[in-house]
Amino acid sequence: MTDLVSPTLKLLRTTPPTAIFGVLVVFAYAFVAVFAPWLAPYGESEIVGGRHEVWSQAHPLGTDQVGRDMLTRLIYGARNTLAIAFLTTVLAFALGTLLGLLAATLGRWADQVISRIVDVIMAIPALIFALLLLTIFGTSLTALVLVIAVLDAARVFRLARAVAMGIVVMDYVEAAKLRGEGLWWVIRHEILPNAAPPLVAEFGLRFCFVFLSISALSFLGLGIQPPLADWGSMVRENATLITFGDITPLLPAGAIALLTVSVNFIVDHMLYKASGLKE
Amino acid sequence: MKAVLAMVVQRLLLGLLTLLIVSVVIFASVELLPGDFAEAILGQAATEETLQAYRDELGLERPAVERYVEWLGGALTGDFGQSLASGQPISELIGARFGNTIFLAAMAAAIAIPLALTLGILAALWRNSIFDRGASVTTLTAISFPEFFVAYVLILVLAINLQIFPALANISPDTGVLDRLYNSALPALTLTLVITAHMMRMTRAAIINLLALPYVEMARLKGATPRRVIVRHALPNAIAPIVNVIALNLGYLITGVVIVEVVFVYPGLGQLLVDSVARRDLPLVQAACLVFAATFILLNLIADIASIVSNPRLLRPR
Repeated sequence: MTDLVSPTLKLLRTTPPTAIFGVLVVFAYAFVAVFAPWLAPYGESEIVGGRHEVWSQAHPLGTDQVGRDMLTRLIYGARNTLAIAFLTTVLAFALGTLLGLLAATLGRWADQVISRIVDVIMAIPALIFALLLLTIFGTSLTALVLVIAVLDAARVFRLARAVAMGIVVMDYVEAAKLRGEGLWWVIRHEILPNAAPPLVAEFGLRFCFVFLSISALSFLGLGIQPPLADWGSMVRENATLITFGDITPLLPAGAIALLTVSVNFIVDHMLYKASGLKE
Repeated sequence: MKAVLAMVVQRLLLGLLTLLIVSVVIFASVELLPGDFAEAILGQAATEETLQAYRDELGLERPAVERYVEWLGGALTGDFGQSLASGQPISELIGARFGNTIFLAAMAAAIAIPLALTLGILAALWRNSIFDRGASVTTLTAISFPEFFVAYVLILVLAINLQIFPALANISPDTGVLDRLYNSALPALTLTLVITAHMMRMTRAAIINLLALPYVEMARLKGATPRRVIVRHALPNAIAPIVNVIALNLGYLITGVVIVEVVFVYPGLGQLLVDSVARRDLPLVQAACLVFAATFILLNLIADIASIVSNPRLLRPR
């Protein structure tokens, strides 16, 4: 019987519905983000009607506080919010992994110095530290991306270092060192390939965290600034509508929630598979 | 007993050291300003004379170390200086609001801790049952939600549609306890939902780890009843991980509270912090950050000490 079922189908059968749902949602979001200009009925910051218009044929989800089309803003929001969060996560990973692998490979004082700095960063709650740094550097997009990336890199560092610590003691690393390979060669060819799998799962979790942090800051009015369409700021700008029983402000908030739930479903399944637990 | 005491003292000193370093970071980060403090506050348009006068007034010409010692000394005695935006003493602004924040956090914790522990232990005992799977999906969903999403859904359902609770947390210093509880119900419920999910998942994981240990299996094999295995053998060792879970999540409350306070216009420290960031009121931001960070460090310290004190292996040395 089993050889009649193709591997793809078998994978689909063994994957829980939550993980499949997650993958579908992530693909849908990516599609909307990439093709935003073709999907959106109006321009990103185009004022096309009165303020807070109700849902209608011309504006399926009504208009926002300055008369821009809600649906258009939601679609462009996917593009801006996702791109910024993704860029930030990539930066955090590049920095955190690099420092983590370096600390593990070099050991001694380099490890001590970086680890103690990271300890200090971790001793302050991330959102509070971000608020302090944004007060100092101002609320520009560059400052936002860099601040969140650095704070998050501290968390990536912990994992990357812990994973790499187990690898640097392996014989093949020792062999490469004895062969006279340089530090970079050892990190790139021996340590990074072996440290990659746990880091990939962590990427999903960190992305959720970064995405939620940026949305939270935008919601507080301190993250992504107008006129860029962004889900966190859209919730804040239209929040008053909720007191009239209008669910429009819940849509961008729901868009954030749906994506983080989906990514978490995927990561949860990946971690479950990686842990090797069976029924 | 002596070993336990030594460890506790060591943790206390370590906590103090962390707090000291964090205060240095909070103070020194302002020194990173591209121009200086005066330029940041007065803006590009200010003339050199006004800048100089302002620097003199704040004493910015003095070395940073001297100003740090003065700032820390003030902070220890409850004097954080004046707010730049309103000119009021910062300790006055922070004091009452911090009380409100603690009230809200305590209310959320009082509901969330017993609820999460019960559900978490049950999920661990009935592992892979329908209850466990349902709880796993629900809690994973709940922790993925941004706090403001949960908050607005609760407002829509409980305040607008059903009209059970007020949508805005209207609290003043002379609000009575019952009114205060009633008005804070929605913000507290939002926080409860978010941290219960976190706490329950972590409790479940901690208990499952514990049940897999050899001595629990040994107890089962020698024929102890399931009840005895859990109460006599597993629970004493479970206290440390559970206390850790609670402390971690109370730390999580600290960041959650900032957003929830803004949504419900709750007059707490988080809202004050966000307003001050928008106004670039640096002394007030520094003070609020220090208070939040100190609370966070204190919670971690308590968790550390509680797990040392509750560890049966340390308490009854051979």
